[in-house]
Amino acid sequence: MPTPRPESWLYPTERGLFCAPGQFHIDPHLPVERAVITHGHGDHARSGHGAVLATHETIEIMKVRYGADCAAEFQAANGAQSINGVTVKLVPAGHILGSAQIVLDWQGSRAVVSGDYKRSPDPTCAPFELVPCDLFITEATFGLPVFRHEPAEKEARRLLASLEANPERTHLLGAYNLGKCQRMIALTREAGYDRPIYLHGGLRNLCDLYVRLGVDLGDLRNVMDSEPAELKGALVLCPPSALSDRWSRRLADPLTCYASGWMRVKGRARQHGVELPLVVSDHCDWPELLTTIEETGAAEIWVTHGREDALVHQIGLMGRRGRALALVGFEDEGD
Amino acid sequence: MQAFAELLDRLVYTTARNAKLKLLEDYFKQVPDPDRGWALAALTDGLPLRLSIRKTLATILEPHVDPLLYRLSRDYVGDTAETVSLLWPDARANAPPPSISDVVAEVSSASSREFPRVLERLLDRLDVKGRFALLKLLSGALRVGVSARLAKTAIAQAFGRAVEEIEEVWHAVTPPYGDMFAWLEGRGERPDPGRKATFRPVMLAHPIEEGDWQGLAPEDIAAEWKWDGIRVQLSARPGDVRLFSRAGDDISGAFPDIVQAFAHTEGVLDGELLVLRDRAVAPFNDLQQRLNRKGVTGKMLQDYPAHIRLYDILFDAQEDVRELSYLERRARLEAWYERFLPSLADVSALVPFAAFSELEEKWRQARENGIEGLMLKRKDSPYLAGRPKGHWYKWKRAALTLDCVLMYAQRGSGKRSSYYSDYTFGVWKTPDELVPVGKAYSGFTDEELLRLDRWIRTNTVERFGPVRQVAPGLVLEIAFDAVQPSTRHKSGVALRFPRVHRIRWDKPAREAETLAAVQALIPS
Repeated sequence: MPTPRPESWLYPTERGLFCAPGQFHIDPHLPVERAVITHGHGDHARSGHGAVLATHETIEIMKVRYGADCAAEFQAANGAQSINGVTVKLVPAGHILGSAQIVLDWQGSRAVVSGDYKRSPDPTCAPFELVPCDLFITEATFGLPVFRHEPAEKEARRLLASLEANPERTHLLGAYNLGKCQRMIALTREAGYDRPIYLHGGLRNLCDLYVRLGVDLGDLRNVMDSEPAELKGALVLCPPSALSDRWSRRLADPLTCYASGWMRVKGRARQHGVELPLVVSDHCDWPELLTTIEETGAAEIWVTHGREDALVHQIGLMGRRGRALALVGFEDEGD
Repeated sequence: MQAFAELLDRLVYTTARNAKLKLLEDYFKQVPDPDRGWALAALTDGLPLRLSIRKTLATILEPHVDPLLYRLSRDYVGDTAETVSLLWPDARANAPPPSISDVVAEVSSASSREFPRVLERLLDRLDVKGRFALLKLLSGALRVGVSARLAKTAIAQAFGRAVEEIEEVWHAVTPPYGDMFAWLEGRGERPDPGRKATFRPVMLAHPIEEGDWQGLAPEDIAAEWKWDGIRVQLSARPGDVRLFSRAGDDISGAFPDIVQAFAHTEGVLDGELLVLRDRAVAPFNDLQQRLNRKGVTGKMLQDYPAHIRLYDILFDAQEDVRELSYLERRARLEAWYERFLPSLADVSALVPFAAFSELEEKWRQARENGIEGLMLKRKDSPYLAGRPKGHWYKWKRAALTLDCVLMYAQRGSGKRSSYYSDYTFGVWKTPDELVPVGKAYSGFTDEELLRLDRWIRTNTVERFGPVRQVAPGLVLEIAFDAVQPSTRHKSGVALRFPRVHRIRWDKPAREAETLAAVQALIPS
């Protein structure tokens, strides 16, 4: 029996990527009966599905974000399983806690839906596992050759050096509330920073969840419960949207820091009024994207949200078939 | 090079003036000669290198980056030097990074044929920050928010001098300024401006305030018209005539007509640069056509004839007369003018008066083209560098005001980064359409800023990044100096020196000014 062409059994619909023989969607952006979810970020995990298959950690994250009843039924992935004849297995993607690639085997053909992923080490989640496949579906958040992330440990050391050099200034670090925030905390802890770290209210719940799931984040306190004097020279984390909000006015001469892959480009950092940009990302940079595509051995690569044009062009240069998988509803929220 | 690369990187993200000064001072104190001198040159007059880097970049990048990927990257980043610094492969050479002096030496000794190879090798030896710094150095414009004046101020502060002292020797030294640093560190003589035409720091005036009048007696004061041009200094030595802006930038290149007219003179003169037609001062906008240019066409010389209205003298031929009183210098100036009679120049007339009430009458009537108000100068004052208190006063004619409608607000920077503090305002083109006429950042108190910020947040109709569009509902009374035609604004007009005069919380937006009324204020 010849193996079927991938687009005959896996394709985008108006609700999201659909596996036809398995009768389930992957990261659907509208409610569906059966969903397989790669990770907990808002553009991948949504509420209102019937049955949800995801890692234990992703399910916990969804419950914190959307409530315990955000899906009718949850199933925590545990090894390979068959759904209507399609073998489904979740393997680590290295993006954030609980993030997984979805490996699909059907009639001798293997597709890997990687979700968001990265190859560089991260103390808060399991590392990316490479799965050879016929079709690899990759993100392209940083799909331009100008994006090369710095080693995250080095950026954490720069942050600590600045804290030491400016002991009178509160370091206000903007970091996405799921993943980046906890990674930055863990990185500073690894680098030896043992003073309390202060949190904006919007970061508390997910930090607590990480701790519950076994990620050590050290002494975390709420900005809201702290005396202004205590915050002088301290490290404060907040969501990026709060960096230039009225909220920051209570802090002593804040030094604005932002941890994101976008900080590689000066214009982006200046746009946010950032004084100390830290080039740390939970997504692949350009070289990592190319390496991964190469290593999967896939002849066919589909490219989801991000800068598809450039990556699809590059895949062509690499002698593979690249296609932009225009999935409606995927927003440019990752950083 | 690494220290300079780090400096540039920090400057890019630093908005506060004092923080920039601190970074610059530390750099100049810590980095040895000649690298710091080359860095200073790059921050002020530019490195003395002349090469077409743009073309070369395209050539050397080709083997490394696919053309489409380059174009997409360039579009995203928005700056060629930065794009190339990001795209260039890392750690290709095992050689140590070059110093700025290495760069200057290698680049200036390269032929244009060798240049691409030289540039490649330099890029190979640098990391991403270093590559950015290198390409910025070679492209001639750093664009890191540091003016030449700020760099000189940093040098002065780093070595405990006044910035005027740096300006005084500036045109006597050349990059990498080894003799200047030796003098600043007490290791050498003060560089002698010698035979060259050099810039001398200018004397500036304070705006006159209510309380100042009590200390002034009419018989001690001379009055001149305040001309609406730009302040310049003409410095002439036989065979070398230069025109400087008040900050010490050499603008001779844009004014060959003036240079020619003073070719036979000798001295250092202070005056106002104007465009003059049929002996009448043309609107400031005409002068603007000739500013900020490296060269000038014959047509421009004809269409916008330049003129200097002289009002002070610093050097009478080679004699330093700055210690003399204003009255003595005035006599010297008139005699100097009679002696050389330069064309394209005249001496600014004194405005006679017996009592301040009489002067005030003249000040009130001063509405004609080219006059911005009056200058009051103490008859016994020497010529002092900087802005000394109690000697010169500017008495600007009362500002014009217009009721405009707030259209857009943008977040400020630094301390104001959480406030919407930059305002674009407009007037009614039709009863339904507002068109922007200007932008203002100042003129309100901290309490007013808080209230404005709140109003903007609750009246936002759309957001574009750091900018919010607001519903037309708040009237700002804008004070400004003049209206001039503008091709940059959709309204076709622009206001000079606009600032918020009052916030008219009480006034309905409908009753704000119309575009026709604003156009009527353009001087013909």
